[in-house]
Amino acid sequence: MIELRDVHKRFGSHEVLKGITASVTKGEVVCIIGPSGSGKSTILRCINGLESYDSGDITIEGVRVDRTAPSIVAVRTQVSMVFQRFNLFPHRTALENVIEGPVFVKKEKRSLAVERGRALLAQVGLADKADAHPPQLSGGQQQRVAIARALAMQPKAILFDEPTSALDPELVGEVLSVMRKLAEAGMTMVVVTHEMGFAREVADRVLFIDGGVIVEQGPAKAVLNQPQHPRTQDFLRRVLHPM
Amino acid sequence: MAKFASDAVEFLPILMHGVALTIIVTLGSLVLSTLLGLVWALMRVSGIAPLSWASAAIINLIRGIPIIVLLFYLYFVMPDLGVTMTALQAAIVGLGIAYSAYQAENFRAGIEAIDKGQIEAAQAIGMGWGLTMRRVILPQAVRIVLPPYGNVMIMMLKDSSQASTITVAELALQGKLIASSTFKNTSVFTLVALMYLTMSIPLILLVRHFEKRAGRK
Repeated sequence: MIELRDVHKRFGSHEVLKGITASVTKGEVVCIIGPSGSGKSTILRCINGLESYDSGDITIEGVRVDRTAPSIVAVRTQVSMVFQRFNLFPHRTALENVIEGPVFVKKEKRSLAVERGRALLAQVGLADKADAHPPQLSGGQQQRVAIARALAMQPKAILFDEPTSALDPELVGEVLSVMRKLAEAGMTMVVVTHEMGFAREVADRVLFIDGGVIVEQGPAKAVLNQPQHPRTQDFLRRVLHPM
Repeated sequence: MAKFASDAVEFLPILMHGVALTIIVTLGSLVLSTLLGLVWALMRVSGIAPLSWASAAIINLIRGIPIIVLLFYLYFVMPDLGVTMTALQAAIVGLGIAYSAYQAENFRAGIEAIDKGQIEAAQAIGMGWGLTMRRVILPQAVRIVLPPYGNVMIMMLKDSSQASTITVAELALQGKLIASSTFKNTSVFTLVALMYLTMSIPLILLVRHFEKRAGRK
């Protein structure tokens, strides 16, 4: 469904992606792990055109992602994104955040969008927070609203960019459990994360990225439990046993 | 003091005519400067280089010309080019153009103060530039922009007196006319000053209200 073929991307003289080739099939959960600055987030940002790429191809169901082309709007309504820092609209309530895309981008009827929006908030456990503004919500609640906002677009896939990295440790679980339910329901997901437990249990496949290339990839349990490449082994040792 | 009171009773009705024109000039140029300022600001942040450059050039051109010269130009030069305006029209257009530069810089600062993550979130749900501005950026920028906007309103109220130089009989010019015909300079100009102050006070309170609101999250 999502195909990347030899994708290169540089910021000035620094090449962050040095030929990424990967694919995500429908219903698959792929976790991208790797050290900071390895290009993980950049891959996600290229997939929905928040960032341009210099060469190679990214296609979503056969349509090439080009952030300067009009087709990018269609791409973005099909592939939603959840950000590390939530990026909810602070001047709108939780429910208004969720229905913003359906009403103003997809021109859905407001009453219908509201009905669906409330159901989505209930799905992420926030039925009673529909009228709260983001600053009144905890980080975990904000991120769950952000997930509901992504789901409201009825996307074919959702990209998660370190969705729990900005959260207090005790709030990580509530977000991960929402994501786990989504995965179980068959949503196609690409997740950049440092949560190895989540990757091991939920992901179908794991990609380990370092220095702008895919160093190792494979079924989640294989990569995380028996990493083959020394750099993967080293990274996992440091993540799992930081002391 | 008693003399000032009797002068006040005598001159106030005439000065009130000036007040009416002062308010018309101020409000008219406020609306025009806001609209133009918004256009310059949106051109500036459009990400389209020629628009951005044009906006910067226009703003600097306007900023570099004194208001009084702009007014003279509109009222005395434009008729030679076939564009004739009444003094009142010229005053509103002149002050509106002059202040649009400051409005634009204020609006731009407000827009650029919004977290980039907001733009990305809007793009990620498929919003284009216009929708992102209208639904996400501008509503948040308003809070930031309002306190300085209130200050501009106060400055415009006072600078509307420059319209007197092109014969608009607003408060300052009415005062000058009365003073030069009665020689009661002290009474007249004290009155004029008090009347400007009286009009400024609600605006000053408004700015304070805006500042409190912007401070609240």
